[in-house]
Amino acid sequence: MNEVATPIHQAVRLDEQVVEIISDSGEGAQTAGQMFGTVSAKMGNGVWTVEIIPAEIEPPARSRAGASGIRIRIGTGPVTNAGDAADLVVAFNEQVLLGRETAGEFRKGAHILLDDKWRDHKDPGIAEAYAEAVDHLNTSGYRVHEIPLDAECKKHVDNPQRGKNMFVMGMLAYIYSRDVDLVSEGIEAKFKRKGDQAVSSNLTLMRAGFAWAREHLDLHYDVPSEGVSEAKVVMNGNTAAALGVIAAGMDVCAMYPITPATSASHYLSGIFDQVGGVVHQAEDEIAACAFALGASYAGKCAVTITSGPGMALKTELMGLSVMAEIPLVLLDVQRGGPSTGLPTKVEQGDLLAAIFGVPGDAPKVVMAPATIEDCFYAMITARKIAETFRTLVVVLSDANLATGQQAFRRPEFSEEWLAPPIDQSPVPEGHRPYQWDPETGLSRRHIPGQPKGLYTLTGLAHTREGTVAYEPGVNQEGCRHRSLKLAAFQKTLKTPRVYGSESGGRLLLLGWGSTRGAIEEAVDRARADGLDVSSLHLKFLQPMASGIKEILQRFDEVMTVEINYSDSLDDELIDADNRRFANLAWLLRARYLIDVDCWSNVHGQPIKPGAIEAMIRERLGKED
Amino acid sequence: MFGLKTECALRLDEEYHGLDDYQGRMARWCPGCGDNGILAATQRLCRDEQLPPEKTVFVSGIGCAARFPHYMKTYGFHGLHGRALPTAQGIKIRRPDLHVFVNMGDGDCCSIGTAHWIHMIRMNMNLVACLHDNNIYGLTKNQASPTTPAGMATATTPKGAYLKELNPLSATLGVTNVSFVAQVVEWVPELLFKVLQEAFHHRGFAFVRILQRCPHFMPDLFTSLLNDPKKILVLESEGISLSEATAKIYTNRRDHDVSDLATARALAEDEGQVPVGVLYRNPGVPCYEDLRRPARASSPALVRNVLESAFDGFAINPGA
Repeated sequence: MNEVATPIHQAVRLDEQVVEIISDSGEGAQTAGQMFGTVSAKMGNGVWTVEIIPAEIEPPARSRAGASGIRIRIGTGPVTNAGDAADLVVAFNEQVLLGRETAGEFRKGAHILLDDKWRDHKDPGIAEAYAEAVDHLNTSGYRVHEIPLDAECKKHVDNPQRGKNMFVMGMLAYIYSRDVDLVSEGIEAKFKRKGDQAVSSNLTLMRAGFAWAREHLDLHYDVPSEGVSEAKVVMNGNTAAALGVIAAGMDVCAMYPITPATSASHYLSGIFDQVGGVVHQAEDEIAACAFALGASYAGKCAVTITSGPGMALKTELMGLSVMAEIPLVLLDVQRGGPSTGLPTKVEQGDLLAAIFGVPGDAPKVVMAPATIEDCFYAMITARKIAETFRTLVVVLSDANLATGQQAFRRPEFSEEWLAPPIDQSPVPEGHRPYQWDPETGLSRRHIPGQPKGLYTLTGLAHTREGTVAYEPGVNQEGCRHRSLKLAAFQKTLKTPRVYGSESGGRLLLLGWGSTRGAIEEAVDRARADGLDVSSLHLKFLQPMASGIKEILQRFDEVMTVEINYSDSLDDELIDADNRRFANLAWLLRARYLIDVDCWSNVHGQPIKPGAIEAMIRERLGKED
Repeated sequence: MFGLKTECALRLDEEYHGLDDYQGRMARWCPGCGDNGILAATQRLCRDEQLPPEKTVFVSGIGCAARFPHYMKTYGFHGLHGRALPTAQGIKIRRPDLHVFVNMGDGDCCSIGTAHWIHMIRMNMNLVACLHDNNIYGLTKNQASPTTPAGMATATTPKGAYLKELNPLSATLGVTNVSFVAQVVEWVPELLFKVLQEAFHHRGFAFVRILQRCPHFMPDLFTSLLNDPKKILVLESEGISLSEATAKIYTNRRDHDVSDLATARALAEDEGQVPVGVLYRNPGVPCYEDLRRPARASSPALVRNVLESAFDGFAINPGA
């Protein structure tokens, strides 16, 4: 540790904190926040980060809707979600701050560290708006600290617009007793590509921020960690998925830019060629999917990465993948819908589209990672399922997982993750390209280059020989065998474990995807208060494992918690005959003939554990 | 023996592929359909080039022409309407050992798959694409296609097609990275074969527009061309010349410099005659699969190293 690290005040111990950094676009709030999260993870803290991304790249400065930033939740123990309200906020101007404040994102009494450069702004309108905002925040019970952020940074750099994020990083490092050596390492890693000057200037700013906070703020905390007992890695879900693509031994990733999926392809583009892989940016979503299918047909493992609107465009090719039994992995990083919807915000609205979206009967596997770690392993699992069952596997991630950072056990590489080398040996005499096993529907595919395996793949209904079906009954046979494959796969699935009471009880919450952490935290809090609630999280949505119906039957009430739209019975026109449920609730009701309710919304935000907890209390008649 | 390679001669009995080795299922096109001639020429090409059937893939979209792969005895991919080109790209990207051919109709190439056509030209992947252009939608029964001549009555344009027909040659010749453009008519088998052969030997994206008769829906489309061979301008260049007998019929000929893009474009736009032969060839355009060729082949050790090094960058180590 160097000299700036010595604190003046005694640090107050905290179990966890939620911190936000809010700015205009391009001011580096996310860089600082991700660094704060990474440093905390490296210190052994539990961490979850979620980026706050406006709809435009450079929205008008100082606008409430233009708030760009990041939330970081750190804790002594594991952290599985972004938490409830922020405890401390750093803001670069009062308007973006008010955007978040109005949305109810800050705890009563939260500390607000606000750049004071607007107080004496030459535009009287701006100065007035600033003064009004500070008054409002003070009278609303927040503890406002006006910080000469701009002025202090100007002592070190000409343009504080670039660099004050590292001053903030330094302030936060002091406030939360972060390891300054780790922060310095982070800065060196982040800025080394921009040259020594950039590294040293940012280090100077960080140290200045640390020193300033030490001298001027009486905010000094420690969120101690339980230490690092095993090797871990910390990254976001899109990076984890990209590394999963490599770990799965894939050869080809074909994509078209779409938010919030693209960063997975960005990361992959940087390193895929080192393992002989190729990221192909196609002219459109359809071409990307066709490209991936072509590569897979030729024996190369392929993935296409997209989001909801892109998946919609790929629908016809998804049908071809199923019909012609060409293995394919499709990663859909979901965003708000329908249509262009909320491109940068989280939603889980693609579930039914993924399962049923293809016209005609198109059985496929649909699975969903619930954590950052899952994003990595899901790609390996998906590749294996796709190849073994000769089918399409849709992996449903979402915007929350895409940019959320979390630490997980460092994966230990296994050669079993990889695809076997492409088979170019002659096909056994008489073997047919769709030699469906009568029981499982499985068949071994022929790959171009294999002698004696010649056939023409077709999206038309076809016989076992792969020839166009002209006789009645052939289509029924094909559909039957493709459906049987799903049943064969379903037999390999284990019943998911109940979180809470395995033996049943009053209320069971069902979830899938990124909401797992928030749901389980809410269940923990409610159970700690004596409430009889449990949860069940589904990884495979199509097909679903056996035993789920029996679990549902053990509870008095069963409901899903989803980031999806559903009708409210409070609306005058809505009744039992016309109420539309959230995606998973529809699915469960249809399969199990159980009256599954749902609690869901589409605010474009990760569901907060506190909101789920409040809902549980209301349901079980024990409100705060 | 015709087209026989020296190394094959040594293992003649088991290795030599005759025409029947490339003949797939019985073609179900209408009697008199021009696709039959294209099929025959293609099978002859495969035989003469002695392409290993298992290393050859015919890719198509949807339409009458798209049934083509079923009638070849090779690997085939009869996929989706308009999507033959990106599918072929995926096949080729990591399998340069495969000979890939694409057969599209004018609906496939010039309508639903137009975006792919333009980008395929730019990517210049090493494969042959044949546009079977009969100026009509046949399989869906007589709708106007982008190449249907203006004024032609069809099921969807009973008073005649409203728009001037699209010129696939001009379109192709206008795209960045164009490297091979040819046009031919399927009713001159000798020329059809030679053009396909030139296309096959071009390293890059070889685009061949084939004027193809549809006797069922467009019986009169090419009548004037058939009756008046002078309307066909034969472009003679290296590899493209007529036999004495054919030359007697097709007297409208000229020497053509295939590297001359400006002339190729002018010929493509000449509405007074139909140029056949190779319009343009540039063997110097890089192929996408070469630009994207991996520096090394994958191996478990390589994957392990790359993953470990990536994890190091994200690592949290015990004792930190």
